[in-house]
Amino acid sequence: MRLLNASGCLDALAAPRVANELDVFVTKTVTPLPREGSPPPRLAETAHGLLNAIGLANPGRDRFLAEHLPRLGELLTVPIWVSVGGFTAADYAETCARLPLDAVAAVELNLSCPNVDEAADSAAAIVARCRLATPLPLYAKLSAAHPDLATVARAVAAAGADGLSLVNTLRGLALDRRLRPLLGRGSGGLSGPALKPVALHAVSVCAEATGLPVVGMGGIQSGRDALEFLACGARDVALGTVLFADPGAPARIRAELAQACAEAGVASPDAAVGLAKAPETARKVPA
Amino acid sequence: MRSSEQAARHRVTGAERLGPYTLLRLERRALDPGWPGQFFMLQAPGRLLPRPFSLCLAPPGELGFLIEPVGPGTEALCALERGDVIGVLGPLGRGYRLDVERPLLVGGGIGVAPLPWLSQALHAPPALLGFRTQDHAAAAALLPGAEVVVDPLLVTDVLPDGYDVLACGPEPMLRALAARCPSAQLAWEAPMACGYGACFGCAVEIDGRLQRLCLEGPVLDAARVTAAAEAVA
Repeated sequence: MRLLNASGCLDALAAPRVANELDVFVTKTVTPLPREGSPPPRLAETAHGLLNAIGLANPGRDRFLAEHLPRLGELLTVPIWVSVGGFTAADYAETCARLPLDAVAAVELNLSCPNVDEAADSAAAIVARCRLATPLPLYAKLSAAHPDLATVARAVAAAGADGLSLVNTLRGLALDRRLRPLLGRGSGGLSGPALKPVALHAVSVCAEATGLPVVGMGGIQSGRDALEFLACGARDVALGTVLFADPGAPARIRAELAQACAEAGVASPDAAVGLAKAPETARKVPA
Repeated sequence: MRSSEQAARHRVTGAERLGPYTLLRLERRALDPGWPGQFFMLQAPGRLLPRPFSLCLAPPGELGFLIEPVGPGTEALCALERGDVIGVLGPLGRGYRLDVERPLLVGGGIGVAPLPWLSQALHAPPALLGFRTQDHAAAAALLPGAEVVVDPLLVTDVLPDGYDVLACGPEPMLRALAARCPSAQLAWEAPMACGYGACFGCAVEIDGRLQRLCLEGPVLDAARVTAAAEAVA
């Protein structure tokens, strides 16, 4: 089990010590051209959740490769995964092709940002094109909003994905006192504990459908939450919104996870993977 | 890990009402009070995310924050009582430069918050405060000797010339001050989820493009925001 950050939830250039507490650092999504992001306000706290519309603010592919990635290499002691975004399969593939193999450990394809309007090519088409562009491991990040997520997961697996990142935020809306959208962009992506049951289900369904390694994320606040993702079939877990309130979350959740394993009678986090799928007869609940 | 990257638990030592505002006092423990104009993230009970507040007072052993109840997070913080414990992260961001010759502190409403700690660092320079009502003006007690105006009179109506303005207040006041005093230092606010550059949620227009207020500010030279003011106008 490795502990990652959810893409876009930590800037290792601003807080390298927090990033080095993880097992893997995942960059904010890199797009071909620089993006300034959505107009403010970009955040609204909702019931047990956070609605955000950051809008993939990033320096663009050229500057990321020339300035940010080398700087990350200097600051970080942990492997770097690059989150890649775009609007066409060719966008994604060109970024993948330009990632230096000695500085990047894996690629996460962001196939599901809720805060961009442009229609993207199909997830499987993007994965297939990127598969030809780089030998790096490819993780496909999907949204739980798809009505038949297992089919999407099988399609990206067939197209050559090495793993899945589940889940991205879900599109949502919050209103102010005057009944107008709180966020400058209107809608946003919902994260935080409100997302956890949706994410657990997505992880469970996709892990079973594909057998691929899954990075589980969505509302993890505690070690117990992380353990539940593992039990649903995630091989690794990522922290998102919890990092905002608690930059000490990586060390805290690691310690809590060991405790949660002990309380659940599981030998280790790795031994917990897929336990929620164990036959009922093996886990009889006393009447 | 530095103290500014780890939320620590701090006990509430007092909560005083000043008109509609609450002055929340926390035990300081090992926290550095930081530079005037810097801010701390306070974890509001029952809320998912902390809220940013500039430091108001730094008496020995304590940190004081002035809070206006405007939503569920600030209401929960104002309801705290002596002995309660909350998470605190900071100091964060960039505060006021103190290398000014003729300082004048200007505050509007809850924008009075960073000025008492700033006044102490600058040895009690003149100050001008504006409030919506007499009730709100109770917060002027934090800055003895300050000139106080109440709506409909605005601080810009009585602002003297020839001073180095250091200000905090509502956006229209800051924009008016930026237009009047190009050398002013202005403390802005924006919704923040983290306060340390992780969430990109606090982006505002600085130097003509959207940048994170938590890292660039919250105190900015007026010239860095006037481009945005012109765009708005």
